[in-house]
Amino acid sequence: MSNIKYILGSFGDPDEMMHGIEKLQENNIKIHDVYTPMPIHGIEAKLGVKRSRLDIAAFCFGITGTMTMLSFVYYAAVLDWPVNIGGKPHFALPDFIPITFELTILFCAFGLVGSYYASTHLFPGRAPRVMDLRATDDRFIIAIDAKENAEHSKIDGLLKEAGALEIKYNERKYISYE
Amino acid sequence: MSGHNESILREPLITGQNITYAKITDDILTPVENKPNRAWWIGFIVALMGATLWVVAVSYTFWNGIGAWGLNKTVGWAWDITGFVWWVGIGHAGTLISAVLLLFRQNWRNSINRSAEAMTIFAVICAATYVVSHMGRPWLAYWVLPLPNQFGSLWVNFNSPLVWDMFAISTYFSVSLLFWYTGLLPDIATIRDRAVGLKRKIYTVLSFGWTGNVKTWQRFEAVSLILAGISTPLVLSVHTIVSMDFATSVIPGWHTTIFPPYFVAGAIFSGFAMVLTLLLVARKVLGLENYITMFHIESMNKIIILTGSIVGVAYLTEFFIAWYSGSEYEQYAFINRSTGPYWWAYWMMMTCNVISPQLLWFKKIRTSIPATWILSIVVNIGMWFERFVIIVTSLHRDYIPSSWAMFYPTWVDVGVFVGSIGVFFTLFLLFLRVLPSIAIAEVKLLLKSASEQAKLEQIKDGHLDKEQVREYVESLEKFDSVKQEEYAKI
Repeated sequence: MSNIKYILGSFGDPDEMMHGIEKLQENNIKIHDVYTPMPIHGIEAKLGVKRSRLDIAAFCFGITGTMTMLSFVYYAAVLDWPVNIGGKPHFALPDFIPITFELTILFCAFGLVGSYYASTHLFPGRAPRVMDLRATDDRFIIAIDAKENAEHSKIDGLLKEAGALEIKYNERKYISYE
Repeated sequence: MSGHNESILREPLITGQNITYAKITDDILTPVENKPNRAWWIGFIVALMGATLWVVAVSYTFWNGIGAWGLNKTVGWAWDITGFVWWVGIGHAGTLISAVLLLFRQNWRNSINRSAEAMTIFAVICAATYVVSHMGRPWLAYWVLPLPNQFGSLWVNFNSPLVWDMFAISTYFSVSLLFWYTGLLPDIATIRDRAVGLKRKIYTVLSFGWTGNVKTWQRFEAVSLILAGISTPLVLSVHTIVSMDFATSVIPGWHTTIFPPYFVAGAIFSGFAMVLTLLLVARKVLGLENYITMFHIESMNKIIILTGSIVGVAYLTEFFIAWYSGSEYEQYAFINRSTGPYWWAYWMMMTCNVISPQLLWFKKIRTSIPATWILSIVVNIGMWFERFVIIVTSLHRDYIPSSWAMFYPTWVDVGVFVGSIGVFFTLFLLFLRVLPSIAIAEVKLLLKSASEQAKLEQIKDGHLDKEQVREYVESLEKFDSVKQEEYAKI
């Protein structure tokens, strides 16, 4: 028993898994994480995942793009090399709206996705920390830290009661490292 | 999500019985995890021959200059820009499906967004190759970038729509790629967790270490929504700016304020046609009839009628405004378009874009796969002619009759165009082999609520309004993937 690091409840149905989360929480058993093949709506409230601040980041990156383009065009067309085209204003703002808009979107998209990858630790070549290989296929996995929660038989019972198809006792945290 | 049932009045988005999460994964990954079948090889070899032709034609152009094309001093833009605008337009449907339909919560987008976005990316690649190859000195392509004066020139002219276009196309391409790839991560992880050996190693790198935990999924949805929100104005801006390449000039026939909305509608029109051309074949060859259903086909056909009619109204408006403007040059440009030496191109465009899509008002036609497939190709022929008509007929008779000319394409023109179609299909067929052609995770979301089997459960449970059930069962008659016997007894 002592070598067990994580207990995994493997569910075949998202609703049963949600039920399992409720059961565990009613019994004050802390859930390490949940792995699912698709997004489950409403799960973040149950597990206390904070609201995403990516929208704020996206806005900040976007406005940076706007400012970058406007100041760059001002530098290029007014300060560095002004061209007199029939006496028209050097800083012809309406003409610069398309490119300013494009750069806003470009900065916003790259900044947003970059922040997302950084905050969820996604990058090319990162070793996948997978606890159960079927979590990306057809199983909904609840992972419980076995060291913190000692009553293993109780956890086992609760998961089975909620409808878990399989319960695994992993001696390694991430099986994908093998 | 689940727990509550979707209305029986809505048609199912996944058909078939005994569909499980595991079956969805298996079905969609069949082409990725197995050796390709004959149909794929035949398509791939033909496409590769096209791509080879493209390499030859483009190399010839680079070596000899654009004098290899049929351009003359009156018609300075012809098949090159026609091809460019055609490809950019085709790209638009992918973003429309992935972004605009996400904002409108159209769940039917879930099973077609992945391949439509892939199509966008490949179409924009084809468009971009035209931009580079029509430059004359393509090794100086970086001159379109705003680079400082040490390169021997002024800054680029930020007032020029061609510079805007460079910004628009490159932003559009990179943002679409980002959107597409982020959406692919969970599905690449699915392939990774089922693969072994070298394949697993490759997909491990590509999957960025995706595990599908709660926070990642929750943030994933937030990112998708924000990207959809910014891609929607982006996609509208791209073809608007493409149209400004023409609309900001003073050439009769180009100098019109209707161009931006007219180009955007035309782009969506041709893009959906291309999605249908590709998917009607792909669903059959890859056996994905249960995921890309008659409902999807019919919905896309409805968008084609809508956008085709907008394009039709735009053609008529252009004509009216030419007359109403009182400008004789403008009037001549339009009379010449429809009755001049290029009348056949104009009427080809009118027939293919305005008249034949109206056939889709008939339910029989828009739910018939062969008819839809033929019409989708007709639309893209029409849209190619639209760009040809706009570009060449506006240029070929300028203000001095002595410089009037016709445009005759050389084999290089034809080679670059046919070749670009080959490049497009080569990329698309490779995509079908190495990446899932349907967003697996997003389709799984629909299983418990919007699938045929979930709705059949509901019917069997009783408690439903008899009238509604009858209407639902009737709506299933058009589906080629539904076993009608199941419903005979209800």
